[in-house]
Amino acid sequence: MRDQLEGSQAVARAVARCRPEVVSAYPISPQTHIVEALSDMVRTGELAPCEYLLVESEFAAMSAAIGASAAGARAYTATASQGLLYMAEALYNASGLGLPIVMTLANRAIGAPINIWNDHSDSMSQRDSGWIQLYAESNQVAVDLHIQAFKLAEALSLPVMVCMDGFVLTHAVEPLEIPTQEQIDAFLPAYEPRQVLDPDDPVTIGAMVGPEAFTEVRYLAHAKQMQALDLVPELAAEFATSFGRPSGGLLRRYRTEGAKTILVALGSVLGTIEDVVDELRDEGERIGALGITCFRPFPIDEVRDALAGADRVVVVERAFAVGIGGIVGQNVRLALSGLPPVVYDVVAGLGGRAITRRSLRGLIEDVDEGSIEPNRLHFLDLDWKLVERELQRLQETRRSGPHAENILRDVGVVAGRSH
Amino acid sequence: MRPRRLAIDDVGMFEIRIHGRGGQGVVTAAELLSVAAFAEGKDALAFPTFGSERTGAPVTAFCRIAERPIRSREPIVEPDALIVQDTTLLHQVDLFGGVGPEAYVLINTGRGLDELGLDEFAASRFRPERVVTVAATELAREHLGRPLPNAALLGGFAALTGVVSVEAVANAIRGRFSAKIAEGNVAAALAAAEAVREGRTVRA
Repeated sequence: MRDQLEGSQAVARAVARCRPEVVSAYPISPQTHIVEALSDMVRTGELAPCEYLLVESEFAAMSAAIGASAAGARAYTATASQGLLYMAEALYNASGLGLPIVMTLANRAIGAPINIWNDHSDSMSQRDSGWIQLYAESNQVAVDLHIQAFKLAEALSLPVMVCMDGFVLTHAVEPLEIPTQEQIDAFLPAYEPRQVLDPDDPVTIGAMVGPEAFTEVRYLAHAKQMQALDLVPELAAEFATSFGRPSGGLLRRYRTEGAKTILVALGSVLGTIEDVVDELRDEGERIGALGITCFRPFPIDEVRDALAGADRVVVVERAFAVGIGGIVGQNVRLALSGLPPVVYDVVAGLGGRAITRRSLRGLIEDVDEGSIEPNRLHFLDLDWKLVERELQRLQETRRSGPHAENILRDVGVVAGRSH
Repeated sequence: MRPRRLAIDDVGMFEIRIHGRGGQGVVTAAELLSVAAFAEGKDALAFPTFGSERTGAPVTAFCRIAERPIRSREPIVEPDALIVQDTTLLHQVDLFGGVGPEAYVLINTGRGLDELGLDEFAASRFRPERVVTVAATELAREHLGRPLPNAALLGGFAALTGVVSVEAVANAIRGRFSAKIAEGNVAAALAAAEAVREGRTVRA
């Protein structure tokens, strides 16, 4: 049965029905509503047995999750933005040790300049941390991915990060279905650890490994993560059978049959993109969209198959690698190497800037008319005047001051300097 | 009775933008509206503009209501209805940006459009019967004992547009608040709905 729910509340309830035994978290916007709801459920006994640890930092949150997981508990946490960066060292420990922790990432920009709004800079910064990364295009998918994530993590003994757009999804209220406890229990068996700290059967976890075997242990990390490319579609199929709706999987194609132009994206912008695809299809344009749900491991063969028949592939991404360009774009190019499609890299929706249908339509027009170049980084809706004014200041004055404050004055968000 | 129409337009979507200030329940209003629409079998998506969670700061929230699944998550730029919870925003925020000539406009004020200096503007830009003022803050003070205009405005909105029923709004309010607060808000919403139905501007 569907209820009108906030995304965060729905995710918290779904996570609770996955029966985590330890939740350790430190609140940070826009993740807060999720961990608050879980904390409430532990306090009231609705989620039991479960230990909720309000720790002193994100580093502690991940460290506690690592300890809990190593002791054989199903462990969960959630964070965003700077919080993810603060737990970076522990992230590598969780994956390197092979501990099946599930974490929600409420995607948010990284400062400076400080910004609490949505983009994918946080999760993309940890794409090589050894965590499996799944991206939710809607709140229903976010709910469903969490249920699959625990099963995936525990099957492979690897941690899984479920990424959902901060605010855009976490704070949106919409009709959502949370599977019942019985349904989830039938889908997700009790956690059976591959390794466990047990006083009755002592082992050590986390040995130092020298040059004699470090490469081999790291190779296994890669080989293990690559197994998710088989397991993710299997779990999605099993989920569809058990819960009666498709959700998850590596990719999602939308009207890509015969498409000459395919938009590629991750996360909540896909809904808006699908509306644009429908509008343009109605107008006769051969266009489709490809949503990448599983970004790590990267489903390179499946991406190639989905895009090979297009003339143009437009990657719309909510983060970029300073100094080179698109991140998803680079991965897509690798998948398409040697094949005809031309790839456009478009950075959009940084720090909460809305990605509108109008802008997306304008982008497709520009691509069709050849007025933007492929193989060059393009920024959607970039305000060139603002950039040029600041560049001018840099040229004119040595002590031109901080970019952020200068530009905010130009747009009138803050008053002129008073000192 | 005011002229009514099935307010969900030919693309099957009705979009509402709510402006107010932090602390006035702007985000809650959008959420309650979505709950009311959902209860009546519609798909509904409510979401706020985010960030400035400071009391008194301008806040905008959105609600899309449709007969089909809603996918787009862009902010509402061309609303079918506008709810203004606080007229002190008139000179601070571009409240009427993107609001088309067929749109409904509901303004929380105990004064008339003329006193706000909006009468000529409203007459030239909108259908006069679709621009309505309600003294929602006063109604809330009277029925709830607190100057929180959001629930009253939703009652007025339901009566003005017919997109959701007043009963569904009342049920959404009851589902959200404890009994005493809920009943105060429901009373304010019903009073505002009645005022809009009778076509009188509620003055302080």
